[in-house]
Amino acid sequence: MSEFRSVTLPNGLQVVADIDNRGYSAAIGYFVRAGARDENDAQSGLSHFLEHMMFKGTATRSAADVNRELDELGGQSNAYTSEEQTVYYAAVLPKYQRRMVDLLSDMMRPRLDADEFETERGVILEEIAKYEDQPPFGAFERVMECCYGPRGLGRRVLGTTQSIENMHVDTMRDYFSARYRPENMVLAASGNVNFDDLVEQAGEATATWSDLPVPSAFAADNKDVLPAGVDLNPRLEIPDATQAYRVTLSGGPSMASPDRFATRLLASIIGDDGGSRLFWDLIDTGRAEIATLWAQEYADTGALFSYLVCTPDEMDSNIRLMNEAIDLVVREGVKQDELDQVINRTVAGVIMSSERPSQRLFGLGSHWLSCQEYLSTDDLLDAYRRVDIEAIETAARSYLCCDATEVIASASDEPSLTS
Amino acid sequence: MLSIETPPVQTRRLTNGMTVVWQPMPWLRTASYTMWMPGGISAEIMGLSSDVDPVSRCGLASLTVEMVQRGAGPYSSRQFVAAEDNLGIDSNGSSSTSITGFSAAMPAGSLAPAIGLLADLVRRPHLPIDQFEDAKMMLRQEMLANQDEPTQRLIRRLRERQYGMALGRSGVASPLSLESLTMEDVRNFYTEHYHAGQSILAIAGNFDESQINDAIDAAFGDWKSGTWDGLPTPDPIDGHEHIELPSSQTHIGFSYDNIPYGHPEYFVMRAGIGILSDGMSSRLFDRVREKHGLCYSVWANTHSVPASTDREGNRIPAVGAVFGYAGTTPQRAQQTLDLTLHEIKHLCDDLEESELERWKVRIQSSLIMEQESANSRAGSIASDMFQIGRVMPTEELEQIIESITLDQIKDYFQSHTPESFRIVTIGPEPLAGGSVFDDSANNVEGSNHE
Repeated sequence: MSEFRSVTLPNGLQVVADIDNRGYSAAIGYFVRAGARDENDAQSGLSHFLEHMMFKGTATRSAADVNRELDELGGQSNAYTSEEQTVYYAAVLPKYQRRMVDLLSDMMRPRLDADEFETERGVILEEIAKYEDQPPFGAFERVMECCYGPRGLGRRVLGTTQSIENMHVDTMRDYFSARYRPENMVLAASGNVNFDDLVEQAGEATATWSDLPVPSAFAADNKDVLPAGVDLNPRLEIPDATQAYRVTLSGGPSMASPDRFATRLLASIIGDDGGSRLFWDLIDTGRAEIATLWAQEYADTGALFSYLVCTPDEMDSNIRLMNEAIDLVVREGVKQDELDQVINRTVAGVIMSSERPSQRLFGLGSHWLSCQEYLSTDDLLDAYRRVDIEAIETAARSYLCCDATEVIASASDEPSLTS
Repeated sequence: MLSIETPPVQTRRLTNGMTVVWQPMPWLRTASYTMWMPGGISAEIMGLSSDVDPVSRCGLASLTVEMVQRGAGPYSSRQFVAAEDNLGIDSNGSSSTSITGFSAAMPAGSLAPAIGLLADLVRRPHLPIDQFEDAKMMLRQEMLANQDEPTQRLIRRLRERQYGMALGRSGVASPLSLESLTMEDVRNFYTEHYHAGQSILAIAGNFDESQINDAIDAAFGDWKSGTWDGLPTPDPIDGHEHIELPSSQTHIGFSYDNIPYGHPEYFVMRAGIGILSDGMSSRLFDRVREKHGLCYSVWANTHSVPASTDREGNRIPAVGAVFGYAGTTPQRAQQTLDLTLHEIKHLCDDLEESELERWKVRIQSSLIMEQESANSRAGSIASDMFQIGRVMPTEELEQIIESITLDQIKDYFQSHTPESFRIVTIGPEPLAGGSVFDDSANNVEGSNHE
């Protein structure tokens, strides 16, 4: 079985690993507490913009060197930014562990060159435009903004076209200095990892990381003014859209809540994309293209998202069906065989995804950064298997009865807002 | 040179024509199957009389996959899903140009019952007529959803232009086909194309070989055989096309003729395309995105359609193409298109040894990491068997990759520089494509970005 180890370096950087030396690969990643919720209005989109800039060169490597070396080491490497974290990761053959740790660690101290910043601004604006063309045309961002407000957890990860166009490289440099401090970061590894080597190398590579200047405190936002480019209208007009898109958001358990396993299973019973109640009622009958419900956990709170896609004229009747399906679970609970089925499906999914070190890495690093807690694959399996009917019913009463924030994106105003 | 110690791939042929191919991966906790039956989307119109509009058959292969999953053997559709869920089987079915396929991944112990369930599905579906309208409604949803995805619309249209309306046909339904398709069409399609003849069942993962082969014999040994009428020949549509849409980006798709998988020079060509588009240091990523900041997505990839034999026994050769994409805001679209095509045409002007070495390490790493997933291994095995009639051992593939030289790539691309591109754009404004389509006539392209 795998073995968990963790060390905190003198500079505050935490190194954690889920080691299984039978694997063919090792996955390594830096998890940084820097996400959209950490930004102020002037910094909107910076966590993500910065993620791009981390590939743009260091004191000893040019941007081309970074990309070339990542490719030279063969495996898969990438990065992503969420509301709460920025993550840089790579899966490589074990023989390349040292070289990859060296490269990733060096990348964490970027040049943040002004010319590269200008070029990359164009790429970010293209990324925003790309998502504007894709369903559900910004409805997920909008529902977060409407529910949490346009700041904090509701702040858009990509920022807005306006915030990116107005961004200054010095604003990014200050933000970097504030967020990329070793005590704000976790170096995580999984699979066929040499842990002693990892710790020794990380100690050397990050020895001077605390020397970053501490920037002065960031300006507080004027809460009376909407950030540039933000609109809180829960109706999104998409002139050429064929389908209508509805997203709702209500409260759910946080990443540390013991309720989260029951809530995930509850959401699966109601709204998995196959074999769930919504699937049989809305998808199997051809009434909707998508009808799903899932739990999303954050460090200090949680959310239940629902997503419904259908033709505009069927939106109202589908919303009714969806609400009825949810109400039925609140009123009458679920059956034991239904729960057994979803536990079996979920447990098999955990086993299958645990086979790839890169997939184990995300759970490990992200959960450690938020909660300083390690869950082995077996812990996770046990947690799901322990969920009983009563826990499901408690979760249903706690999270399915509250008001939801609703956003609809469509071409016409046919679907009415029913909230 | 790396080497991967794996048990060998083994193959046997059932008397009804099904090829069973398996590779044990005893270090895993999981297993997977991939089953392919020839006759996918292209089979919707093979042998169709000339008075029937091919558009009236769009989506038939998908509709049949959908109907097959609505109850089979002793199970209703809900019972079938419950049986699979309780065994932890994650399965799906779909149709592509040349095949209908069903695949699944699962914990190792579930493989034998999973094969029994698969046999229920493909051999004993109920095809319940009372669910036919629901299934058609699902297809309608899919058709409408596709309208809202500009990139998918673009690639669909580009495939039609590259391969022609028959071979490049998409699997999505049309308003006409949703009117005209009947339950009888589904039954006929099922009867003609769901059989063991020339089918492939690939298994990978942790399993007991004799137990699984027994399960396969019991499940499929007495299945009926059948024939395959092969694939249509390509009938490309040259030139460019613009589809107007008030989108934020202009979506650019391009394609050109290429050699297919199985061609003696395939891997030399593939290495060149890898240098062009695989990874963050590839030409397109580095020179179009990183150096100029012109777009977020830009890529090129190869696609192959296997050889087949028609009803009269004539050999229809394999064909291939390169497909590419770039998405960018309208004011930068012309520059993006010109620069992207320039990079393709001028690939061998300045090839470096290090570019080839990086590509080799990528391929070798991905071959090793494939050993961590029964699912991807089963898919690769089925694909090889279908495309070239055998599974290339990983060691042989490693050896071919290792032996590729830069001179071979240069020679290949110098004698195969793409001269004409098929281009489709979706966005607010059309692009000037004429100059890039044939820049031997005028030299606009080079001066645009340099």
